[in-house]
Amino acid sequence: MGMAMASAPILPVAPNGLAVEAHGLTKRYGQTVALDGLELQVQSGHVFGLLGPNGAGKTTAVKVLLGLTHADGGSGRLLGEPIERAAARQRVGYLPELFRYPGWLKAREVLGLHLRLGGIPRDRWGGEIDTALLNADLQGRAESRVATFSKGMQQRLGLAVALIGTPALVILDEPTTALDPIGRLELREIIRGLRDAGTTVLLNSHQLSEVEQVCDQVAIIHRGRLQASGTLDELLTPGGVRIRATGIPDEIMARLREHHEVISDGPWLRIAGAVEEAIPGMVAAIVQGGGQVYGVELLHPSLEERFRQLVAGPPADGRPAEDGSS
Amino acid sequence: MRTAWIVMQVTLREGLRRRLLLALFGLSVVAVALTAWGYSQLGNLPASRNGALKPAEIQLIASQLLILVMFMFSFVLALSAVFAAAPSVAGELESGEALAVLARPVRRRDVLLGKWLGLGLVIVVYAGLATTLELAVAQLTTGYRPPHPLEAALYLAAMGLTLLGLTLLLSTRLAPVTTGIVAMLLFGLAWLAGVVGGIGTALGDPATAMAGTIGRLVIPSDGLWRGALYSLEPGAVLAAGARAGPGLAAFPFFAPAPPPLIYLAWALAWNLGAIGLAIFSLERRDL
Repeated sequence: MGMAMASAPILPVAPNGLAVEAHGLTKRYGQTVALDGLELQVQSGHVFGLLGPNGAGKTTAVKVLLGLTHADGGSGRLLGEPIERAAARQRVGYLPELFRYPGWLKAREVLGLHLRLGGIPRDRWGGEIDTALLNADLQGRAESRVATFSKGMQQRLGLAVALIGTPALVILDEPTTALDPIGRLELREIIRGLRDAGTTVLLNSHQLSEVEQVCDQVAIIHRGRLQASGTLDELLTPGGVRIRATGIPDEIMARLREHHEVISDGPWLRIAGAVEEAIPGMVAAIVQGGGQVYGVELLHPSLEERFRQLVAGPPADGRPAEDGSS
Repeated sequence: MRTAWIVMQVTLREGLRRRLLLALFGLSVVAVALTAWGYSQLGNLPASRNGALKPAEIQLIASQLLILVMFMFSFVLALSAVFAAAPSVAGELESGEALAVLARPVRRRDVLLGKWLGLGLVIVVYAGLATTLELAVAQLTTGYRPPHPLEAALYLAAMGLTLLGLTLLLSTRLAPVTTGIVAMLLFGLAWLAGVVGGIGTALGDPATAMAGTIGRLVIPSDGLWRGALYSLEPGAVLAAGARAGPGLAAFPFFAPAPPPLIYLAWALAWNLGAIGLAIFSLERRDL
């Protein structure tokens, strides 16, 4: 799945530079709150990761934005167009979490159908289809019926459908569920290629590593609400240092606590935000004070940690956890 | 309407590639051939008293046989309309196939209209072909030609379209299998209500007769089938029916009069309403 472009996309036209906007989106399914006033802004040209645990409302959010599900309240825009209008989806590609394509059609025909539905001029069809098949690594199966495809190949076809017509915004909902490790690697390459071409990508995922590797902006949602958003750097928890030691003198502990958050983690002490250069000094101080050091480890900044803080912590408003449809 | 046109073409292509059309038309040709053989045997039947059957008698028997055969075709048409339409909307909603399509810059009403156009075309063509072929073999083998062949085909097509509208409406909310079963049940109930209503008329019981009228209004498939029935009846049968009085109304394969114009207007309004309601329902559905 190498990334190739059929032609340079015309850049999105939203005057405020936002490819995706959601304001106060609300959606209930009976007693279950799937979206609870969701706010979301995705800048054009970015690869935006929408993160959240299962049932957080990620898929509902995407479906509402695409007009597949109707919000109970709030508003949204895609590429500057209100989501209620079909025109909002004019230059949008979408790979659903539940990807299914008519089994009786050939791969090439599925792509052709989507080009027709998208209103792409006929003279671009050949190039668009070849490029999409190449990107999805399905060149050899263009004339095969979808019914003969494996799950992974169907997801690749879904990706090709999402990329066909050179969209300005590509929405990928859990795009790697059926892909093997090489497929995942190739998908990352495709996403980077899209970003280089100026295409906005909204990547919906609960896999932190996937988001960490390709997204430059991230939002974390939980229980249908935005919990945090920003660039990856802004959202990463600072790293730190882990020390396993005994007999640390009180004044050294006090000094550490003055500058850092110190968290006890079994036999380990985690000193949040401490940098690599501080390690020799810390170890020396503990040893000089009569303590014994058994292990020291430098911690890397992590999205996982931040995610855990936002999602696994007690609910902000004290409501019980809901198994919302996501 | 561009979307409707595309969806109509895809619907027809699906019918061709899944061999639905081949099975439907192929088996119907076999059925027509079998009935042709049956008609041709009428001339060889020994009559009870006076030797071989007279041509007029053969034509009378042929007319009644033709009505039964056309009843079978109307049933095939109803079955095909229901079981082709049920998976085409409900199935795609259930499987998730609809997600990728409806995320395109299309309106749901156009997608639904496209499916109606595609399946409706199959129904109209089938009704036309089945009627033409069956009437042609009846005429070739027995010399009998019903009085209003074009009307018969049109009534049959209208009945098929009515079931298509009903099924599309149900399929926007129910699972594919449920849609099929409910639509067939309603079709059967409407027919039964017509039979019960006929018995009520024969017995002179207005309340029972009303059941038939209500059935024909709620689901107009039976009322339209009775239009086809009337179009196939020769004058001799109608005259005999008139002499027999209201008692003959209990016979389910006899229609003493064509549906009144107001009823046809109702059937048209019903069909438009069903499609409108299906669009309304699909547009509001969360996927």
